[in-house]
Amino acid sequence: PLSVSLSLSLSSVFPGFHLIPRLSSIVPESCLLITVGLLVGGLIKLAGEKVPPVLDSKLFFLCLLPPIILDAGYFLPIRPFMENLGTILMFAVVGTLWNAFFVGGLLYAVCQMQSAPSDLLNLELLPCLLFGSVVSAVDPVAVLAVFEEIHINELLHILVFGESLLNDAVTVVLYHLFDEYSSVGTVTVVDAVLGVLCFLVVAVGGVLVGAIYGILAAFTSRFTSHTRVIEPLFVFVYSYMAYLSAEMFHLSGIMALIACGAVMRPYVEANISHKSHTTIKYFLKMWSSVSETLIFIFLGVATVDGDHSWNWTFVTVTVILCLVARIIGVVGLTFIINKFRIVKLTTKDQFIIAYGGLRGAIAFSLGYLLDNDRYPMRRMFLTAIITVVFFTVFVQGMTIKPLVELLAVKKKQEAKRSINEEIHTQFLDHLLTGIEDICGHYGHHHWKDKLNRFNKKYIKKCLIAGERSREPQLIAFYHKMEMKQAIELVESGGGVKLPPSVPSTVSMQNIQPKKPPPVERALPQIPKGREDEIRKILRGNLQKTRQRLRSYNRHTLVADPFEDGWSDLLLKKSKMIELEKKMNNYLTVPAAPPDSPTITRARLSSDPQTYQMKQMSDSVPTIQVDLASPQSPDSLSLLDELQRADQRRELRRRPPPDEEEGGLMMRPPQARGGDQGEEGGPSAKEQRLQRCLSDPGPSAEDDEDEPFLS
Amino acid sequence: MGASQTRTEDVFQELSDKTGFSLEQIRILHKRFRQLSGEEDTISKENLEKIQALDKNPIRNQIIEAFFDKRNQNDGEVGSSREIGFQQFVKVMCHFKPPTLKMTTEDKEAMRREKLRFLFNMHDTDNDGTITLDEYRKVVEELLSKSGAIGLEAAKAIADAAMLEVASINVPHMEPHEFYEGITFEHFEQILKGLEMESRMNIRFLDVDTSTMHCGKSQ
Repeated sequence: PLSVSLSLSLSSVFPGFHLIPRLSSIVPESCLLITVGLLVGGLIKLAGEKVPPVLDSKLFFLCLLPPIILDAGYFLPIRPFMENLGTILMFAVVGTLWNAFFVGGLLYAVCQMQSAPSDLLNLELLPCLLFGSVVSAVDPVAVLAVFEEIHINELLHILVFGESLLNDAVTVVLYHLFDEYSSVGTVTVVDAVLGVLCFLVVAVGGVLVGAIYGILAAFTSRFTSHTRVIEPLFVFVYSYMAYLSAEMFHLSGIMALIACGAVMRPYVEANISHKSHTTIKYFLKMWSSVSETLIFIFLGVATVDGDHSWNWTFVTVTVILCLVARIIGVVGLTFIINKFRIVKLTTKDQFIIAYGGLRGAIAFSLGYLLDNDRYPMRRMFLTAIITVVFFTVFVQGMTIKPLVELLAVKKKQEAKRSINEEIHTQFLDHLLTGIEDICGHYGHHHWKDKLNRFNKKYIKKCLIAGERSREPQLIAFYHKMEMKQAIELVESGGGVKLPPSVPSTVSMQNIQPKKPPPVERALPQIPKGREDEIRKILRGNLQKTRQRLRSYNRHTLVADPFEDGWSDLLLKKSKMIELEKKMNNYLTVPAAPPDSPTITRARLSSDPQTYQMKQMSDSVPTIQVDLASPQSPDSLSLLDELQRADQRRELRRRPPPDEEEGGLMMRPPQARGGDQGEEGGPSAKEQRLQRCLSDPGPSAEDDEDEPFLS
Repeated sequence: MGASQTRTEDVFQELSDKTGFSLEQIRILHKRFRQLSGEEDTISKENLEKIQALDKNPIRNQIIEAFFDKRNQNDGEVGSSREIGFQQFVKVMCHFKPPTLKMTTEDKEAMRREKLRFLFNMHDTDNDGTITLDEYRKVVEELLSKSGAIGLEAAKAIADAAMLEVASINVPHMEPHEFYEGITFEHFEQILKGLEMESRMNIRFLDVDTSTMHCGKSQ
């Protein structure tokens, strides 16, 4: 425990490295961490104490590795992964096999060529192959650590990363196979065939186990609306159980974990509350960061501590062979793969893929696991593994960034996903499916479309609670975006000016067609007094119609009354909006009013309670009080922004002189009532009517007259 | 029979040179064309509407319309044909070819522009060179058309938001009284820059004739 906490506190030192900007831009974090580990190990050794076997393989595989993999799996970008699955599998399976046999075989040959009767001559083929399989696996931890910092384009990232994740199955199988064979001593063809079978079982089994747990977790999350607090726990527990179960049956634990996270995610996110979602995100990131740090530090410590047997020939040959094998493997495979890909991989891409094949701690731990009696060469193996790891992490890790710059490889698109892109992505999907149908063959898009429809029809109904199961993706995306923007709005907080993502003075007014549709022409200019009268009458009517209006509409969901943080949020927002009232600055997505988070939050929380009429009726009285007051039109919160957009458009059609402030209308009214907005969900529909029926002019003036509500 | 055979082969060769498809691909497309047209020389909208698989597609009408849109033929004509022949059919399919390894950056840019132009034509139904708010709204509505009432309400807001985004990115400073007419092709290009159409808007064209392998499946 002491050593662990010591290491942990040490790991908290590493953020200090970021203070030295030059250093962190040259040296990737992983290298620094290993160096720290080396230092620590050296210190401990100097102190004369026995270094606790911290990189105990069990500790590694049970505690340190899962968080990282879960983090990777949960946040795996499914779309690019699936699109490139064929390529990734080729690299992972065939590539790793090739590497293992190439390195192992050639090492054996080299060993046999030794003239001097050294230890090397005694090295059998099978241990060599075993060593080859251990050292040839691309390591997800190292890849993550290094690629995180170079911001390479999505395709390459997912290729290398996907490969590192999926080759675990291959590694596991090869490892166990060679382990057993070397105890038996001979290999037959039957064994080889069994090996292949074994691989399939391990890989597919791992994925199945993960998927089952994932579905279980999704299913559980459907019912957790009453116990929001432990929602994140389900995610973690189920994933960990998936990992353990897989490992127990000697299936691929990593693949199980990835499958679990990836399967679980869309459904769980639809079901759980926003806070749980944030919790999960941050916990995962935290755990994986800590694990990564620890792994690298321990690697450093183990290097210093471990008893090494340095054999120049063996080590150097290993390193060279690894590199050569990787390059040949990638080039050869790409040649074959390009025949099947629509968008081919260029030479630059191939180079990066080859160069990005980093080895890491998994290789080391696997080596550590080797039985000392059966493998007298174990120490030598370990030394060689460590050297390879160091080489790849330090040399390749450090130089990949300048190389990426030098080769002008495409970088990651930093821009946020815009609604236009989303619309067109969906549009493209349908378009391409349609064209494929016209062409008459069942291609990639056709099956994807089928899967989506199947998903929508059956699975979503089972696994997602309530209304959200029917929500189309585009709308979900749109609301998520609204929410993000609204949160940004609030966070930008103290300032009066909203920092829009694209500074612009464009507002909704600029877009609305000048010529109003004939319908609105019917609204005549009404004298002001009359307008007040009308408004009063309408408000009266409104209260009657509210009963009718309380027909279920997702947009009128009540916010989770248990989440009181929101009242502060809305308060701040309303304050800010009020200050900003006079200005015509709008977010690029004007249709996202500040209080939409409440709506969207409500949707995300999907509290079943909120669906009950009873709840609504409880909250309605609150609003009722507000409505009675003259300021109420504007204090109404939670205007359903969709409907409001309607209103504004209709309202603005009338061209009264003070129409200019019509644009203002969008902002102040919504948020001001924010603080009452908590329970104001159901009022949204009412507000809509309200808005519809009252006219813009007077209300706008009302805005100015009213005291600021807070 | 022999004469017409060579004639069609010549036609195919010519087409192949013009469009960049391989001869085999053109033959397969021709087979499909004959299938769709019921062994006629031209296909009409009704032929395409009969394809069952398209029924579930929310933007089915736009897709079918795109085949008959004269703008996609790059002839300079506008309007909509009632029937199209094989050449026009292939020309439309041309828009969905993937980039080859040998293409230079300029070639890729040109390809991207061509694909974006195709999309633009699909949205700009009245052919005035801009996508107005109404047209855009229609696009989003169609996309969400299979989702029922929720979709229709949201469609308006989404279209508004999207439009505003385009305007903000392209014409950042507008006075309150100014009016953003519609998305021009340049603006359209600008907002979809990030999507890299030349890599995305592709389908795989068969090099090997597999239609005989699906027993009765292909329509």
